[in-house]
Amino acid sequence: MKHYWWKILGILLLLYSIIMGILGPVPALPIVHETIRNVYFHVPMWFTMFTLYFISVVYSIKYLAAGNPQHDLVAVESVNVGIVFCIFGLASGMLWANFTWGDPWPNDPKLNGSAIATLMYLAYLVLRNALEEEQKRAKISAVYNVFAFPIMIVLMYILPKTTDSLHPGSGGNAGFGQFDLDGSMKAVLYPASLGWILIGTWLMTLRFRIRKLEYQHQATAA
Amino acid sequence: MKKIILSLLLVINGLICSFAQSNTGVEMATGLRSSGKIYVVVTVLVVLFLGLAIYLFTIDKKLARLEKQQKH
Repeated sequence: MKHYWWKILGILLLLYSIIMGILGPVPALPIVHETIRNVYFHVPMWFTMFTLYFISVVYSIKYLAAGNPQHDLVAVESVNVGIVFCIFGLASGMLWANFTWGDPWPNDPKLNGSAIATLMYLAYLVLRNALEEEQKRAKISAVYNVFAFPIMIVLMYILPKTTDSLHPGSGGNAGFGQFDLDGSMKAVLYPASLGWILIGTWLMTLRFRIRKLEYQHQATAA
Repeated sequence: MKKIILSLLLVINGLICSFAQSNTGVEMATGLRSSGKIYVVVTVLVVLFLGLAIYLFTIDKKLARLEKQQKH
């Protein structure tokens, strides 16, 4: 049971975020109204994606340093689960945008940046599948990953801040933090983010363990 | 007389308008939450989420068992 504590913590944090996210107090704002509660569910998707991509790049660097094939497996499974959370983030964002901006995909720098970043990580998976030889595949995809990570940060977090954007927290548009005067939203958003990050990491370790079993099975069969 | 009636109507109109609006002027679902049984939705979400969490734990346990077998 010792190894399970962080998984249970993740579940408890998410339970708290579901209950308080719907019943807790939120600032009254025009246009967004009650949809401001989406902050508790849409934003953690991106935090989780970011954390998983970060784990991936750390393990890619570790692979390049030591050449342990298991590190390569952690890197690829982190991207696999990270892309799932990215798709959740895009889908929830498009739904929300449709009802607040009147368009699921206005040509906004933040949205286009995240779309390009997503394609970049899909290209990582395509690149991996295109290479047959195991060591070459691990090495080339690790180098690609090291380059992709900073570009993703620039596209999603830095460039939208330099231009006008509809998206809160980007250039020309304040985040919801300034309306959250008594910190009641932060009290839900931060635990929710940590909970989703823990669950995302858990899913990644599950996929990694399956992959490792497959890898060992192939090694013994060959 | 006409002026008095008109001004009285204006005052009543103003009162009605001021009562019709909430404090901030932004409509929120505060009334819905107090009487609209939103608790039921929260309970359903909690049950669904707990089910998923338990399912994840069983997958985790199964994997641990497979890993043990692999070691032998």
